[in-house]
Amino acid sequence: MSQEALFELKQVEKSFVKGKETISIFNDLNMTIDRGDFLAIMGPSGSGKTTLLNMLGGVDQPSGGEIWFDGARMDNLSESKLTQWRAHNIGFIFQFYNLMPMLNAARNVELPLLLTRLSRSQRKRSVEAALALVGLSDRAKHMTSEMSGGQQQRVAIARAIVSDPKLILCDEPTGDLDRTTADEILEMLQLLNRDHGKTIVMVTHDPAAASYARQTVHLDKGKFVHKEVLA
Amino acid sequence: MNDLYLIYKNMTRKPLRLFLTCFAIFIAFLIFSAVTTLKSALDSGVDLAADDRLVVVNSINFTQPLPIAYYQKVAAIEGVKEVTHLNWFGGFYQDAKNQIITMAVEPESYLRVYNEVVVIPEQKSAWLQTRQGILIGRKLAETQGWKIGDKIPLSSNIFSHKDGGHSWEFVVSGIFDGVDENYDTRYAVFHYKYFMETQTFGGDWIGWMTLVTQDPSINQQVADVIDATFANSQAETDTSTEKAFNKAFIEQIGNIGLIIFGVVFMAFFTILIVVGNTMALAVRERTGEIAVLKTLGFSAPRVFGMVLVESLLVALIGGFLGLAMGWLIIEGAKSSMAQFLPNLAMGGDIVAQAVLYMILLGLVTGLVPAYNALRLNIITAFNRS
Repeated sequence: MSQEALFELKQVEKSFVKGKETISIFNDLNMTIDRGDFLAIMGPSGSGKTTLLNMLGGVDQPSGGEIWFDGARMDNLSESKLTQWRAHNIGFIFQFYNLMPMLNAARNVELPLLLTRLSRSQRKRSVEAALALVGLSDRAKHMTSEMSGGQQQRVAIARAIVSDPKLILCDEPTGDLDRTTADEILEMLQLLNRDHGKTIVMVTHDPAAASYARQTVHLDKGKFVHKEVLA
Repeated sequence: MNDLYLIYKNMTRKPLRLFLTCFAIFIAFLIFSAVTTLKSALDSGVDLAADDRLVVVNSINFTQPLPIAYYQKVAAIEGVKEVTHLNWFGGFYQDAKNQIITMAVEPESYLRVYNEVVVIPEQKSAWLQTRQGILIGRKLAETQGWKIGDKIPLSSNIFSHKDGGHSWEFVVSGIFDGVDENYDTRYAVFHYKYFMETQTFGGDWIGWMTLVTQDPSINQQVADVIDATFANSQAETDTSTEKAFNKAFIEQIGNIGLIIFGVVFMAFFTILIVVGNTMALAVRERTGEIAVLKTLGFSAPRVFGMVLVESLLVALIGGFLGLAMGWLIIEGAKSSMAQFLPNLAMGGDIVAQAVLYMILLGLVTGLVPAYNALRLNIITAFNRS
């Protein structure tokens, strides 16, 4: 695994204003995510896991501090620049898959490629490759509503990797799945990390899910309280 | 796949809702196209009327007659270039439903005043010399299958013939064309003298007069002099431009413009609320999906455009179907209404106006949901959904 930092958070602060009260989530949070890492973020509800993931994914901005990605500062980017940045660098996997119900599996996977300059045939090839990687080549034309939860999450994984992003962010990717299916999904993420070099950050409540990661960090009240290197 | 495909899939995800929304728009544009075409047909007589022609009618009502003596008096008024007089005959051929617009006129002056009536010299001469001669418009001749020399009986639903009955015998002496294709030639004119000699209402009266002034700029002045001349007489006159006269004639059945505006406005307002509400609901249901698109990297303006195009497409689909149905109805009614509304046709201006309204409807109904999609905060949207 390369030790070069992909993400670096320096003295990050995050607070919300709720009514007359200011709620602080993070205060002086420092963190480094290395290229090729598979990091699990654990912690109780309200510890700031999802907020941290949102900041890493550029859908939320810190109130203070700096966030660096691949050598470039990104906490001061405009919303439109952040949108472009997400399209080129990040793949998202959600707990409830968040697929488009009116599109079939292949079309769902193709969505991020609409933001690229790839030709139709190039997009087709990329979609086929992504679906093959998650073992759903034979289900390409199926509507996602006809699929099981595990299959839908695999479509979501294919969508997350189809544009070859540098980082994959997973928010409770197995939270809606049974144990066996969850294990299949986690093995797939492990494979993407190990064999395809994808950097993965996963938020989870589930210690069994976290055990698939290379390292786990525990968040509590906006601070890292424990770090565990698993592999 | 492209953005248009995404828009199409979003639009068609609830076929019943799409159908009902399009149907509402369909009805609005059906009403719009049919009613606007009707108004256009009614107005066409007004639009084609000459600027320098004045019409003199009885001030009580244009159906009331004027003494024939007025004709010479008007001809002598300064500024009057040509004057003719006309009587409404109220004709029909064979069947009372087969109405023929027919007028008894003073032939020579009629052709001078209505110089847009084009008739070849031989036929003009034949008509002037034939007491029972009738001059038929080209379209009327084609509709009825009449040709030069035909003897045709025309009946009046107002007047009685001295010989009993309501039928007059005419000989087709000439067939006239209009100076251009817009001129309506679905009518016939015949000799005033023949009419006066054969009807039972008594003689020496005319229906109304039409005159041409030396210059349109003196129209008002001439009209004032004519009305002043016959003020306090047995039959006072009301002189107006031919356009105003035609407009007043049409508006006997009400203020057409206001009626049409009211109908169209109500239809559009209702549709606007229905479609706007449907679009807002459709987009609100998709809050989570819009948030996903934005998360994946679809820019806010792009999402805004997709929602707006969807709204536009719904308006255009429903609108064009309504317009097409309106056109079919107008084309179907054209032949049966040709006698009353010869210019009944959906013109390019009406189509252009309808398309403009479709675009406006699409933009207005799509703007609020598109703006909401543009402003949608990803985190808030995920929390909500």
